[in-house]
Amino acid sequence: MPSYRELLQQVKAEIEEVDAPGARELFDAADPPLFVDVREPDEWNDGHIPGAVHVSRGHFESRIEQAAPDRARPIVVYCAGGSRSAFAAKTLEELGYENVVSLAGGYTDWKRNGFPTQLPRTLDAEKRSRYSRHILIPEVGVEGQLKLPESRILLIGAGGLGSPASLYLAAAGVGTIGIVDDDRVDASNLQRQIAHSTETLGDWKADSAKATIEALNPDVNVITYKERLTSENVERILADGWDVIVDGADNFPTRYLVNDAAVWHDIPLVHGSIYRFEGQVSVFKPHEGPCYRCLFPQPPPPELAPSCAEGGVLGVLPGIVGSLQASEALKLALGIGESLAGRLLLFDALSTEFSEVTLRRDPACPVCGENPTITDYVDYVEFCQGRPAHA
Amino acid sequence: MKTVRIPPTLRPETGGERQVTATGATVRELLDDLIARFPGLRAQLVEDDDIAPFVNVYVEGEDVRTLDGLETPVQDGDTVILLPAMAGG
Repeated sequence: MPSYRELLQQVKAEIEEVDAPGARELFDAADPPLFVDVREPDEWNDGHIPGAVHVSRGHFESRIEQAAPDRARPIVVYCAGGSRSAFAAKTLEELGYENVVSLAGGYTDWKRNGFPTQLPRTLDAEKRSRYSRHILIPEVGVEGQLKLPESRILLIGAGGLGSPASLYLAAAGVGTIGIVDDDRVDASNLQRQIAHSTETLGDWKADSAKATIEALNPDVNVITYKERLTSENVERILADGWDVIVDGADNFPTRYLVNDAAVWHDIPLVHGSIYRFEGQVSVFKPHEGPCYRCLFPQPPPPELAPSCAEGGVLGVLPGIVGSLQASEALKLALGIGESLAGRLLLFDALSTEFSEVTLRRDPACPVCGENPTITDYVDYVEFCQGRPAHA
Repeated sequence: MKTVRIPPTLRPETGGERQVTATGATVRELLDDLIARFPGLRAQLVEDDDIAPFVNVYVEGEDVRTLDGLETPVQDGDTVILLPAMAGG
């Protein structure tokens, strides 16, 4: 039976190695290999090669495919001194990775040469605990959870859709949530608008939602805009800088305004709308997929638009649709998964059916098409309340 | 026979029916059949002899505007979805 030293020598003879200056050349290449750090978490936390992924030896076989899904991409694997990485390199070859080298001399030699290192961004113990169920998901992990506090998501409306969307985004750890709503909490809202409560009746919805969000997660910075979105204020509100907009408006004029603004500012828009038992959800990614006007070039004439207040809605429906919007917004913020861009998801609560239709960009779209005819904000007549949106 | 799904906003015109059957080899013929039986649908679906710009018609999940519009063929067994914009939130 071979000793450890003999086994190490045997493995090293079977794998490719690169010294620190050689690895530095690869590091600086236009198309650099993936650096995989196989050390223990406390070693990683003291510093690592910039851009490296961390898969410690203890979880190596089970987690490497998530961290390095492309087996054809060259890999430089390293540890502290080059022994553990030699074994990891052998494992990678056995797993079918095509081009693997182990960094001889390891991180110690890399650092001794004065090559670049970086300290990992980490979550403190309290946040590790709060977000542990996210961190356990490979697609999110610590890296993803560290992105969310940097994310800025703007919610149009803190009503049926905005309530669940804002609460789930806040619970997830989104750093900044903007809320645009000029309404106050009314008793008829409480059957579905769960960010508000009997206690906050009469308060601004933006303030009421902010208080609920802060009670849920004090890490979230909530910016409130107690005003109706109009052509007059939309540029000022967007100037605060947003990564994603979640549209939970209750009227057509605002929906068209938000869409046009999202296209012109190149911000992905998560659309949701509800009526009685039915909901629609999609993602409008400017210039990549269709926009709301590709779907519906113009709002229906006032006499054909269903009255929002009279139509009614099953209380839980916005909970489902708003949560789907939150899910899409989180995926966009994290840069994971397949969004609903190019698809409109239809949900019918009465028959409990989801269906989907295909949405395509309209080359003749008046806003995102080849020859746009709408180049400035349009204030449509506010037909839900039967008065102009913009007097 | 083709199945046509009626959205909630149009159900007052179809006596509350969520789904109806219709005949016709093209979208135009199918809409003509529907409107003949439910005349109130005309104003909600048609404008200037075309599909109104505030409503979409899908045949098997595809927007007919990206196919052949009113002349898009409809096969027996196909599901047609009428989808007007809705604003509620």
